[in-house]
Amino acid sequence: MLQLFTIRRVKKATHQTVRLLIMVAITFFGLLFITFLIGRVVPIDPVLAVVGDKASPEVYQQARLAMGLDLPVWRQFFIYMGSVLHGDLGTSVLTAKPVLQDILRVFPATLELAVIATCIGIFVGIPLGVFSAVKRGSFLDHITRVIGLLGYSLPIFWLGLLALIVFYAKLDLLPGPGRIDVFYEDIVDPVTGIMLIDCIIAREWDIFWNALAHIIMPATLLGYYSMAYLSRMTRSFMIEQLRQEYILTARVKGVAEWRVIWGHALGNCAIPLITVVALSFGTLLEGSVLTETVFAWPGLGLYLTKSLLNADMNSVLGSTIVVGTIFLGVNLFSDFLYKVLDPRAR
Amino acid sequence: MRKLLFCAFVLMCFTAQFTEAATPKDTLVMAFKIDDIISLDPAEIFEFSGAEYTANTYDRLINYDVDKVSDIYGGVAESWTTSDDGLTFVFKIRPGITFASGNTLSAEDVVFSLKRVILLNKSPAFILSQFGFTPENIDKTIVKVDDNTVKLVIDKAYAPTFLLYCLTSTVGSVVDMKEVMAHEKDGDMGYNWLKTAYAGSGPYKLKSWKPSETLILDSNTKYWGHKSELKRVIIRHITESSTQRLLLEKGDIDIARNLGPDDIKGVAGNADIKIRSRAKGAIWYLGLNQKNKYLRLPQVRQAFKYLIDYKGMEQTILNGKATVHQSFLPEGFLGASAETPFTLDVAKAKALLKEVGLEKGFTVTMDTRNNEPTTSMALAIQATLAQAGIKLEIIPGEGKQTLTKYRARTHDIYIGRWGPDYMDPHTNADTFARNPDNSDGAKANPLAWRNAWDIPEMTKKTDAALLEKDTGKRAQMYMELQREHQQVSPFVIMFQEIEIMASRANVKGFVLGPAYDSNFYQYTTK
Repeated sequence: MLQLFTIRRVKKATHQTVRLLIMVAITFFGLLFITFLIGRVVPIDPVLAVVGDKASPEVYQQARLAMGLDLPVWRQFFIYMGSVLHGDLGTSVLTAKPVLQDILRVFPATLELAVIATCIGIFVGIPLGVFSAVKRGSFLDHITRVIGLLGYSLPIFWLGLLALIVFYAKLDLLPGPGRIDVFYEDIVDPVTGIMLIDCIIAREWDIFWNALAHIIMPATLLGYYSMAYLSRMTRSFMIEQLRQEYILTARVKGVAEWRVIWGHALGNCAIPLITVVALSFGTLLEGSVLTETVFAWPGLGLYLTKSLLNADMNSVLGSTIVVGTIFLGVNLFSDFLYKVLDPRAR
Repeated sequence: MRKLLFCAFVLMCFTAQFTEAATPKDTLVMAFKIDDIISLDPAEIFEFSGAEYTANTYDRLINYDVDKVSDIYGGVAESWTTSDDGLTFVFKIRPGITFASGNTLSAEDVVFSLKRVILLNKSPAFILSQFGFTPENIDKTIVKVDDNTVKLVIDKAYAPTFLLYCLTSTVGSVVDMKEVMAHEKDGDMGYNWLKTAYAGSGPYKLKSWKPSETLILDSNTKYWGHKSELKRVIIRHITESSTQRLLLEKGDIDIARNLGPDDIKGVAGNADIKIRSRAKGAIWYLGLNQKNKYLRLPQVRQAFKYLIDYKGMEQTILNGKATVHQSFLPEGFLGASAETPFTLDVAKAKALLKEVGLEKGFTVTMDTRNNEPTTSMALAIQATLAQAGIKLEIIPGEGKQTLTKYRARTHDIYIGRWGPDYMDPHTNADTFARNPDNSDGAKANPLAWRNAWDIPEMTKKTDAALLEKDTGKRAQMYMELQREHQQVSPFVIMFQEIEIMASRANVKGFVLGPAYDSNFYQYTTK
């Protein structure tokens, strides 16, 4: 009997995995197809990106043929699909390097920023949301709401410039834009691409402190936006939970108030919160274009925007695949956590 | 309260060690927009910051005096002679030049570098191929005579300085043949390697390039000429003008290259900061498409030239970044005309429009790049055109997008910026005043073609000026050509660009030349 049960479970799991894989494949195909199509429909001549405005007609024609632009669009698409399946995302026009290599270079910068920002969001935003749900209408609640509102409505580039002027220019507490001071460039070998970890590996402590100081401002800023979002969501989830009867029961049973709030109520909020955190993390991983611009942070967002504006389609498509993968990955991971945490979902 | 103070103290200690300003003594740190670099190969480089990189890392055959462009002097070519028929040039190669790799530079490297430009046929190749060099004939036209002598044979007896000026551009850079060929793959002449690497003999050598992040150059100790004063130059890509200004004010960079008018004003009173400027060759103009039924009327073209507030724009929007200039040759070029016959004169424009029955005006569109100062200029032009009843609709777009439309000749008006490719006047005459084939399928598309301006007569005059051997006479021919062009052309030429550089007060000796490929770092001290 037990055996039969196991077989059924395995069958179910296989079935689910296959379904998942098919879903992922279709999503990717759609993603690629639409991005590719947009790239071909926009009224920009991709050859111009390669040869520039002043190239002679022969050079222009030579580049056009080399890029396969004389072929029908559907063939161009399948050729591209073919090379992507072989792991070749093409060469970037702007950097003259393979797109994959470019992305591997810029993505860790974004990842580093996103992880720290999300940590700030979680460790500040969630407790703040809990407090303001418990003490509804109190002074703290109002403050949290104002902070949240500002986080929703202030343009991030403006806040970023303001932060630079105050903390860098006036108070001299933190360093200016960039990942590290420029004369530290090229000293630490990029092992992981994540500057802080690379510095630890290389035992370059001066550079480590420098890099840490550089990341404080952009990470706090992004963290602030993530915090504003998380605290608002936590607050509404908590208010919902605190109304439930099981809370009343727990209190009647004499469970300590902190356990009721942080254990019972927040425990039940954890499930929807995971989705919220995952979504916010996923968005940060795409690269925050404005923050990366203001802080001269060489991440994915900056790379993608620049490629887009220069009609560098290989880079755009490559980045899209990466962003798509991240989003799918984060979603799948949050689904997985969902199952671990919520017995009903198993 | 005590706790709070303690926390504040800890935080201060924590952050105190983070901030140390001032750049290292032997290093020049510069903020500069370098995202236009798409290659480090001198046979392919055709961008502003790329050209500047080549100028500081490679030796070119011939150089010109940055203060007096008409003075040409030898670089890798120590001297040269021209045959009586004007077709053969013989260059003596300067002995004793060593590449950064340690290889000795010889005639073989020069021949290889020039042939490579023709064979790779990248964007700037036309600067050489316009002399008749083709992959088929280069073995006969670009020849090594002996280890110290190179002979070039061109197809027509052009003005002798034409070839020489072309060799002062980036395609005249000499690459290290042994080093490049060691990295050859599938007969690419080292192209895929040199795109991101270095094989030169200039005052600086490449240390590293991270696209759109940093470009780091180290002093080349083997350089034959004036050795660089500073050991290292770090160029950091920063797009935001306000960010560049902040870094400069704090002393975290020595030079800011891309400050906007507002930030220049902002740092003007600061005693720690110096501002220098130099007229560059780029020209701002409007192209009026002659396929448009209104714009093709001579009176309308003329009226447009009276409907631009040249002075007003120069003083407000451009504020030091450009100066009024109304002819196609920028100041500093042979035969450049400084005449500015047009000012804002609405009454005159209205009278011109009345002559063709357009006193009520008409509507046209203008494709406008979505950046500054282009957008502000477009708005100012819109306002002055409206005074004569012309309704201008601005179509904003990204650079590549507006350019695609311009090259397809589907615009009404295009607001553009054109930079010369080499220091000979033909570079601009060729595009503004020459259109050998105005048909839609024409192979070449100079600016005159893009605006569908059919000018068989003027094309002949431009060709004649190119063949004139007497320099004084040639200058005169360009003067006349510009004067005529100014009156009849569909180009409303408005401004010549000025490069403004802000640096810390202790930075000295940075050479700002008339083009980006004549901005030199090697004399800089701090």
